[in-house]
Amino acid sequence: MSTKITVTVNGVKHTDKVEPRLLLVHYLRDELKLTGTHVGCDTSSCGACTILVDGKATKSCTMLAVQADKSKIMTIEGMATNGELHPLQEGFNQCHGLQCGFCTPGMIMTAADLLKNNKKPSEEEIRVALEGNFCRCTGYQNIVKSVQYAADKMSSKKKIKKEATL
Amino acid sequence: MSTSNGNGMASAKGLIGKSVKRVEDKRFTTGHGNYTDDIVLPHQTYAAFVRSQYAHAKILSVDISAAKAMPGVVAIYTGADVAAINGVPSGWQVNFKNGNAMKEPKHPLLVADKARHAGDAIAIVIAESKEEAVDAAQAVNVEYEELPCVVDAYKAAQAGAPLVHDDVPNNMCYDWALGNPIEEVNDAMSKAAHVTTLEFVNQRLVPNAIEPRCYNSSYDPINDKYTLYTSSQNPHVIRLLMCAFVLGLPEHKVRVVSPDVGGGFGSKIFHYTEEALLTWCTKQIGRPVKWTAERTESFLLDAHGRDHVTKAEMGFDNDGKIVALRVKTYANLGAYLSTFGSCVPTYLHGTLLQGLYTTPKINVDVTAVFTNTTAVDAYRGAGRPEATYLLERLMDLAAHEMNMGPAELRFKNFIPPFDGVNQPGYQTQVALQYDSGNYHGVLEKGLEMLGYQDFRNKQKEAAKNGKLLGVGFSTYIEACGIAPSAVVGSLGARAGLFEFGQIRVQPTGKVTVYTGSHSHGQGHETTFAQVVADKLGISMDDVDIIHGDTDSIGFGMGTYGSRSLAVGGTAIVKSIEKIIEKGKKIAAHLLEASADDMDFADGKFTVKGTDKSIPFANVALTAYVPHHYPKDLEPGLDFSSFYDPANFTYPFGCHIAVVEVDKETGEVKLKRFIAVDDVGNIVNPMIVEGQIHGGVAQGVGQALFEGAEYDENGQLTNASYMDYCMPRADDFPMYETASQVTPCPHNPLGVKGAGEAGTIGSTPAVVNAVIDALWSAGHEVKDIRMPLTSERVWRAMQN
Repeated sequence: MSTKITVTVNGVKHTDKVEPRLLLVHYLRDELKLTGTHVGCDTSSCGACTILVDGKATKSCTMLAVQADKSKIMTIEGMATNGELHPLQEGFNQCHGLQCGFCTPGMIMTAADLLKNNKKPSEEEIRVALEGNFCRCTGYQNIVKSVQYAADKMSSKKKIKKEATL
Repeated sequence: MSTSNGNGMASAKGLIGKSVKRVEDKRFTTGHGNYTDDIVLPHQTYAAFVRSQYAHAKILSVDISAAKAMPGVVAIYTGADVAAINGVPSGWQVNFKNGNAMKEPKHPLLVADKARHAGDAIAIVIAESKEEAVDAAQAVNVEYEELPCVVDAYKAAQAGAPLVHDDVPNNMCYDWALGNPIEEVNDAMSKAAHVTTLEFVNQRLVPNAIEPRCYNSSYDPINDKYTLYTSSQNPHVIRLLMCAFVLGLPEHKVRVVSPDVGGGFGSKIFHYTEEALLTWCTKQIGRPVKWTAERTESFLLDAHGRDHVTKAEMGFDNDGKIVALRVKTYANLGAYLSTFGSCVPTYLHGTLLQGLYTTPKINVDVTAVFTNTTAVDAYRGAGRPEATYLLERLMDLAAHEMNMGPAELRFKNFIPPFDGVNQPGYQTQVALQYDSGNYHGVLEKGLEMLGYQDFRNKQKEAAKNGKLLGVGFSTYIEACGIAPSAVVGSLGARAGLFEFGQIRVQPTGKVTVYTGSHSHGQGHETTFAQVVADKLGISMDDVDIIHGDTDSIGFGMGTYGSRSLAVGGTAIVKSIEKIIEKGKKIAAHLLEASADDMDFADGKFTVKGTDKSIPFANVALTAYVPHHYPKDLEPGLDFSSFYDPANFTYPFGCHIAVVEVDKETGEVKLKRFIAVDDVGNIVNPMIVEGQIHGGVAQGVGQALFEGAEYDENGQLTNASYMDYCMPRADDFPMYETASQVTPCPHNPLGVKGAGEAGTIGSTPAVVNAVIDALWSAGHEVKDIRMPLTSERVWRAMQN
């Protein structure tokens, strides 16, 4: 038994027949070959599989592929635009916010959701926002700084844009 | 340097010592990393395991008939099918005190007779999809006869305890001692003016790399060649162990690849049964087989860390000088010997009990036992955190008991500074010779950063307002850069611990580096490239680092024990030296000079005292287009080196924790963490600091959050992220870090290693801080069992 779903992933529309028990993360990894989204646990705890579903950070191991029907999905592969890295991707490099890189896509997607709703988060707000994403390498120190870097960059970019239009 | 990284490094000169941004980041931040589970081979099949639900049980029968008929099933194998195959080997032989070799019960690929821990593998099911493999594994019917089990190391060693292996009396793998004769230590202890005694548990931890272990093995019958993709820290070691000791395969017909690996922390050093079993299976079925651990499997099967039960006594004279240290430890090895499990409580723990102190008499006695639990092996720090915890808890406790300051007691007992060049290395009572150290320096720096007196004032102030503040110290040392082969060989290691490094200069002067070290987060693609670009005077853009593939890299002992730069980096430097030496001969020929008259600097070969020079790239091209070339010289510019270090390296440091304890609930909040580390010379300060950060988080995790909890039935009751408390982003303040540099005197880079320092130093600092907070409120507490949960701290305050 399989069900037809249509999802838009990183701007590309896909229509596929999927098993009802197929998790969204496995649909992304196994069917669409988008292996940037990782699986680190089986209890929706570690956050390595975090993606944006209709703009909201979502652990894609918590959701069935059929539940994503008609939704717009963004994965780590869709974050850069025309080869230009997203400020978060840049921030993680500039601030050494990653080591083994396994948790990084999930961290970036969670942080992207945070920064959409909170342009200038405090250190405390960043830490709380990321508490559902585990990192075993960095002690979170430089991840916090990476998100701060991105927040600064995104707000100064807007400022520059605003100044340019004035 | 890639401009995309914003390093903007025009010149290669002085790259060593710069915080160059990591060149490997882009593939990880854009979702293009290549981890083992990302690899799907043509005709891929998937494995799932039937695992024992009991910690200790006879296997009466295994019925696979129903499972075999399930959709998608390709094959099922049980313990009987692999009974003739060897088990996975131990890499280190420790002898009993009486000289007999340790007990090495077989660790079979699948168990046939009895299960010895919860999760022990009974059958493997291979199917077209992972889901079908899991479905069919659930249809395998195993009949068990449950046996009494034992999970505690001390209890396992007592007469009458259930036997994990029928042929290992008293569950004892070995007993072992090191240091001065016990009579001498007893004598010194009996004359001590004060003896501080601490009985404690260094609890079992689960490493928890975020990438679960994953293997994908395939066989090409035409060329009789196997390929194993493995999430390993040391692919060459896996190939050697699997081929030579388990499956009896010719090594040249086996390729082992460790692509991107999502964290290791020791747990991915070891040769696991699944690697060999999948490699055996792929030939049986003629298709590739992949297995990815589910997180609960990671909890049940990845080798755990620590798990010591210890009594330690430290004797002092009237002046607070240490006169003796006596240690008895029961070490839990789990149900089977993991690859390096035997050396962790002995040669990585007992040998570090000198610490930073001049203790004249030391004896450590270790009884290592099997229990019905997951195997225990090296986890970040491996033995050295246990040694440091022991010493540093004793130091803060002794200072309190003798009414001295914790820093004062340490200053009194530190080994005086020595650089290992003008002053000799320091010979310890426990076999090692420290290379260089300035222990006063790191504590002085730490005290300055803390503002000690100011803190004590604040602590009193806070107490008046009903808040408990505490400060804890830890001054640690570790033995890293593992290790001189002859030394570890004499201590029982069954392998050499050198490293391989090859520099291949391409005809256009671009450089490919092949290293036997493996990066699973350490950033070798950046650090090693910095070293090569700096030494050859070329751009980092012109250097590529290749690691993790036995078919392209000559050999490798891999990455663990903070050894990559000190050992692997030195092998690379030795090859660079050979490149320059040969380059001088080529350049001299081109410039019509003598090779002895050539200098090499800034990427140019120059005739000494002249302006006649030739760039590195021109020399490289000449080596491959040898039209005008020295007569007796071979073409090409490509050298490999094996580097076997002369000694371990000995990083050290001072960690200070400040905590606030909630009087009402016992909740601990880490307020400040100060880390002053001396890891020798530093190639990339940003990466070193990152290593310290991560290590500290794991050490704080042990102190406050983490611990494997077995019940009396041998069930790991917190084998998931819902139950095992992983440190999270909001558990930490921003750390305050600083470094001191005391170069390593015996390797050309002067580096010591930074991977484990944070974990080794931090745990006792945090526990000491919590106990100090309780002391400030008059609770005379000696020990609180880790992790320091609210409940445990609250209970400690009720006494």
